[in-house]
Amino acid sequence: MYALRDKYAIAGIGWTDYSKKSGRTVRSLASEACLKAIADAGLKVADVDGFVSFNFNDSVPAISVATEIGVPAARYANDFLSGGNAANMIVLTAAAAIEAGLAETVLCYRAMNGRSGFRLGGGRDLAAYGITQFTAPFGWITYPQAMAMWCRRHMIEYGTNAEQLGEIAVTFRKNAENNERAMQREPISMDDYMSSRMIVEPFRMLDICLETDGACAVLVTSAERARDMKRKPVYISGGAYGGGPNQGEDLFDAIRWPDHSHNYAKYIADDLWRSAGMGPGDIDIAQIYDCFTYSIIMQLEGLGFCKEGEGGPFVQGGRIACNGELPLNTHGGLLSEGYIHGLNHVVEAVQQLRGEAGVRQVSGVETCLTTAGAMTCGSALVLRN
Amino acid sequence: MSYAKPLPVADVETQPFWQACRDGKLMLPRCTNCGHCRFPPTFYCAKCNSAEHEWIESTGRGRVFSWIVVRHPVPREVYATDVPYVVSLIDLDEGVRIVSNIVSVEPEKVTAGMPVRVIFRTVTPEITLPLFEPAWQ
Repeated sequence: MYALRDKYAIAGIGWTDYSKKSGRTVRSLASEACLKAIADAGLKVADVDGFVSFNFNDSVPAISVATEIGVPAARYANDFLSGGNAANMIVLTAAAAIEAGLAETVLCYRAMNGRSGFRLGGGRDLAAYGITQFTAPFGWITYPQAMAMWCRRHMIEYGTNAEQLGEIAVTFRKNAENNERAMQREPISMDDYMSSRMIVEPFRMLDICLETDGACAVLVTSAERARDMKRKPVYISGGAYGGGPNQGEDLFDAIRWPDHSHNYAKYIADDLWRSAGMGPGDIDIAQIYDCFTYSIIMQLEGLGFCKEGEGGPFVQGGRIACNGELPLNTHGGLLSEGYIHGLNHVVEAVQQLRGEAGVRQVSGVETCLTTAGAMTCGSALVLRN
Repeated sequence: MSYAKPLPVADVETQPFWQACRDGKLMLPRCTNCGHCRFPPTFYCAKCNSAEHEWIESTGRGRVFSWIVVRHPVPREVYATDVPYVVSLIDLDEGVRIVSNIVSVEPEKVTAGMPVRVIFRTVTPEITLPLFEPAWQ
């Protein structure tokens, strides 16, 4: 990514309604988000020649979207079999494909009926093949169950506590109050958080993100072309993807991970900051992957916003609020806006960097970090206007 | 009544593990080239890439590395009568980690570093699961 700094930009964004029951096919959701991103950029369908997406066998392949919206000649189509860890990596991949001459204008999308269709939070096949034979037979099945193990480990090592997790949930809900896209806009208090139902200790209901039907898309092209389009370009200053040793045999498995008190973030921090020529101190706001409250803490630590073990106290006292020192998840995050598997963080970053976030606009935003992933691997972008 | 919970489907690499559980033994594959224990089992050793291994019997003892208490059953119909139950990452004495349940103790009493030992629970004629209980001396 060092060679790509500021050479590529996001020129368009689009999204559907985020709901519990779309009543629509996943393909049509993907197509709506993509068509909106094309229109947002002031382009025509015929101007698009590439698609990148990711899915968990819960979505449609890129070529089906190209077919539905009538792209005359898709030259590049790439579907990653991945979780949220890929939500920023697909944007990097789009830039890399353009750099390589494989395409010129690439749509990145994520689409799913995550509540009414295939529920990521639900159970799994009762026949436990592969690595799952060592996890599912013990009733370790869902993602909240997987990640509660990590959160506990952080609590063991550093004394991280429920009040700190609760501050994240309450802060993001407050941000969602000002977001017309958000699925959950009812205010919550710390008391509401504390009294919400224990799902899998140490997680309460309000530690867990929202299963969502919906889609969003971002359109990536060269900075040069983007400057001639309808919107102010948002430049991809840097980015990274990766993780540490023993990333597991699938996204659930982290049995061999060295210590679950830290996650992928510490392993990509150097690549990320070097690629952008920036550091944590240069970041105005951040949209950090929050499938669960605790993942915010581990990523803040791993990326160097605070020291390892200090993430809990770091999020307290209003620091991460919209008027704080480091506003986080200004749209409400996966916890309150919705779970479009992390790509919705990039949409919000673009709105903020364009100054188009309306009542939730943070003033003077010039740089925004986005991240994607919570466990052994993940990706991140540094965006600027 | 039929057993409704997920059952391990043994493959060519893991069959000896599940066979040993039926025999009341916790067995681990150890690299015969470099001595590294591979668990969960893999064909190649991640340390030296050797494909050779032998099965050794674990002491069945370890310590709680992390744990969760499942209170909301998923799928509901399968785990409704089991909650609350404890799932733990356990560091075995042999230097590998295993996922299992901690049983014979109230969930509230589980702590980090707690010593545990293996017990075996036969759940179907084919499958016996290695579970763990506190190993207080």
